[in-house]
Amino acid sequence: MKLKDITSPFYVWQRAFEKTYTTAKPALERIGAHAYRGFHINDIEKCVGCGTCEEICQNGAIDMVKIAQKASEKGDSGLVPRFDYGRCCWCALCVDICTTGSLGMSNEYTWASDDPDSFRFTPGVDQTSWQDSEHGYRRHPEYNLLKLDRPEMKMLDPDEGLKSFDEVVHGFDHKQAILEADRCIECEICVATCPANMDIPDYIRAVRNQDFDEGLRILYKTNPFSATCGRICTHKCEDDCTISTFGKPLAIRWLKRYIVDQIPAERFAEILQDEISENGHHVSIIGAGPGGMTTAYYLRKKGYAVTVYEAGESGGGMLRYGVPSYRLPDDQLDKDIDYIVSLGVEVKYNCKIGRDVEFQQLMDENDAIFIATGLNQPSSMRINGEDHPRVLSGLAVLSDVASHKDPGVGKNVAVIGGGNVAMDAARVCRRLGADVTVLYRRRIVDMPADKEEIKEALEEHCNFVLQAIPVLIEDADSKEQVTIQWGEAEMVAEPGKRPRPVLQEDRMHTETYDSIISAIGQAGDFSFLPRDISDQLNQHWGKFEVDQRQRTTVGKIFIGGDIANSVADAISAIADGKNAAIGIDDFVKANVR
Amino acid sequence: MFELHRIPEAELESGKYVKLWHGPQHPGITGNMSLELTLSGDDVVECKTHVGYLHRGFEKMMERRTFIQNFPIVCRIAVPEPTFNEYLYAAAVEELAGIEVPDRAQWLRCLNLEMMRLASFLMWLGGAAGSFGMSTVYQWTVTHRDYMLDLFEEMTGARIYHMYITPGGVRAPLPEGFTERTRSVMDGIEKLLYEIERVVLNNAVFKLRSQGLGFIDPSMIDDYGIVGPNARAAGLARDVRKDSPYLVYDQLDFETITGDKSDAYNRTVQRYQEMHQCISLIRQMLDQTPTSGSFHADLPNVLHWKIPAGQTYVKAECTRGEYGYFLVTDGSEYLRRVTIRGPSYTHAIAVMEKLVVGVNIADVAGLMVSLHTYPPEIER
Repeated sequence: MKLKDITSPFYVWQRAFEKTYTTAKPALERIGAHAYRGFHINDIEKCVGCGTCEEICQNGAIDMVKIAQKASEKGDSGLVPRFDYGRCCWCALCVDICTTGSLGMSNEYTWASDDPDSFRFTPGVDQTSWQDSEHGYRRHPEYNLLKLDRPEMKMLDPDEGLKSFDEVVHGFDHKQAILEADRCIECEICVATCPANMDIPDYIRAVRNQDFDEGLRILYKTNPFSATCGRICTHKCEDDCTISTFGKPLAIRWLKRYIVDQIPAERFAEILQDEISENGHHVSIIGAGPGGMTTAYYLRKKGYAVTVYEAGESGGGMLRYGVPSYRLPDDQLDKDIDYIVSLGVEVKYNCKIGRDVEFQQLMDENDAIFIATGLNQPSSMRINGEDHPRVLSGLAVLSDVASHKDPGVGKNVAVIGGGNVAMDAARVCRRLGADVTVLYRRRIVDMPADKEEIKEALEEHCNFVLQAIPVLIEDADSKEQVTIQWGEAEMVAEPGKRPRPVLQEDRMHTETYDSIISAIGQAGDFSFLPRDISDQLNQHWGKFEVDQRQRTTVGKIFIGGDIANSVADAISAIADGKNAAIGIDDFVKANVR
Repeated sequence: MFELHRIPEAELESGKYVKLWHGPQHPGITGNMSLELTLSGDDVVECKTHVGYLHRGFEKMMERRTFIQNFPIVCRIAVPEPTFNEYLYAAAVEELAGIEVPDRAQWLRCLNLEMMRLASFLMWLGGAAGSFGMSTVYQWTVTHRDYMLDLFEEMTGARIYHMYITPGGVRAPLPEGFTERTRSVMDGIEKLLYEIERVVLNNAVFKLRSQGLGFIDPSMIDDYGIVGPNARAAGLARDVRKDSPYLVYDQLDFETITGDKSDAYNRTVQRYQEMHQCISLIRQMLDQTPTSGSFHADLPNVLHWKIPAGQTYVKAECTRGEYGYFLVTDGSEYLRRVTIRGPSYTHAIAVMEKLVVGVNIADVAGLMVSLHTYPPEIER
């Protein structure tokens, strides 16, 4: 012990003159750091109610709740997160995982209230002083818990693809499929968007777990055309995938395809195990396309005796005759149709109602009738000379190719139109060895065809001539050729509508082709319906009016598919078929015996 | 070896002894555990430790949460130094899942851990002085700890539960101007330590009371599993940072500090020197931490993250010695088992029960603080 040990501690007095660190009013004088994890904020305009915040919250502090300001619609559940500050630990995992970036945190950290319920609040809806705070924790742009990149799909080289009708898309390999399935956050926003309400997150989970039998069961529970849709679905689900805010949407369609590709057609019955017990009722269906066969599938599973009348040689409708095999190989379509037929659905091919069987006879013999005949009549271009023998319809060309017949298009072809039929016709002609020019009256962005189809058509060297309006078709010098006159168009803005192309008569062109393929749209042929029946059914813009269950004004008659819905794609026809099966079942139970 | 001083029941009834509960509500920073002391006069003749006041069942809770959901929980296991738990949990998960952490994240983690060590030492120093009646020093050290909490607030978004080190890396890079502010806080703490030397270490009262108190004989060290500064003060150069370097410790310039006698006074000196070492390490890292590059590895989708079956033990040198996490996974989305072992497990129970015998009742708190124990990590 030294003397210093006694004197040295008195040094503490020096500190008595220093500035204090504590403050009298911390809430005012001591604001949180810039990235402080304080009270939550939410931009409800951006929030789509995916519920991923609720899913990741380890305290169960978040509930997704309905609010008056937002409606539930496609791509938005209409729900927003409500926080219980009795449970929240401010870990900010909810902010990190937020798919839209709508959730954040302010740097506010004091909140006093005598109402304990006020601490359970909905940011962005309940008024708070910090809602618009610029400070506080936000996910760092370089730190991401979501998986944003999609594995690249292997495709046939465009030049190679032109040599045959082989499938262009190779499909995922095993590793890619598992990686892609891992990206799903299971928010289920897509389920509401899918017309057939397929259980998308469930079958993606089956891919992740590599349980493809279970995947197939989930698929066929909601869609008996899964093999088909895995290839050509318009995948509206992917448009609403919440991952697409910051990254590429999940490849939902390719994952569906991957499941079906893992399972040979012979194993379908063993896996799906659909057991039928007859209920003694009989339903007839007109048209063996996706709408008709889906109805047949679900009615058959409920025990109905189902007969399908098909005018063509085989089933599938537009899927077989309208979609070329490089997009949908026949064997994939057969997988679906053969399975539906194997359940005991009777299909009468080459049997046209009105020609081979009278419609009235069906009315008399059945408990209900479902009509899904599709749009199979090409629309008219309404120009002179369109009945020229070298003018073919897009549908006819596709149908010939599907039936392995030569449509005889020649070596230099013009395709008129911008829809999927036009793109398919153009690409088919390229595969038949022709040079193809696509004439379309509007711009590329206005084309109703799928983006992928347009992209692939361009890659396959289809020559796009845009803003071109056909005016006149006439004889060419040679009998084997035809001449078309078309004029350039200017896009004129129309308030409230999409811009309208206006013909510029001073800029006309004349070209000669071996053939011209008209593919500007299709209409239905309802001549098989007796006059008294068709008079009773309501029509609007060439389509029948039906309700949610495909019911019409005639009790027994249900209508669906392209002749009823405005979208006119396969998945909507399938959705119609599902709804019709429920509608018919309800109708029969209520009205028959 | 492990002989514990136990007085026969009959003798306890003789009237010679008084029973006294020390804690769990004790104003020192000895935490929420209690010592059941048997006193003869004011000398302790027997001690039984009691834990359970803080039991929150972390290990069981973690078996029912996904891998990402666990990372905000673990920081609560040792309240005054949560970061070591964050790091060890992340490191164990990364090892089992085979994730490589980017270099920049390693530096940021290491910086965060050393800052945590210094903040934890500051709080401990206040407690050490406070338990011998010098509560003024507590005000000083806690003030400087608060300056460090301000730094944590900027760096991580929170003052106590940082939740900064996530499996895969860290959540954010250093904010702008952070390096300069940290340097100035370090200068302040260095000045504080100079004052501490004059007021605490060269203080007759402190010396008289702490010298010889809670002497740890070197032969006890392995038998009782004594680690960290408690063991180093006895001359044993045992430091996980040197013995099996993790993060970027192998790229930093430091030597293991040892003493020659582990009693309450020398343990204070030991930690005082280690605080200087912390400041040096922090300064080195502020110079060397990369300012660009990725700070977070790509993880699988954390919402359904499955980790292959396996098990691992990871360890790090926390303020009080070796801190370890043992993780078992079974290939599912959840942990099969986790066991967390902090140094307080021996220091606050077995070592304490032995060292406290014969100590004056007034020095019990000082002894307990000199072992630097955190009861929450016993009751995980």
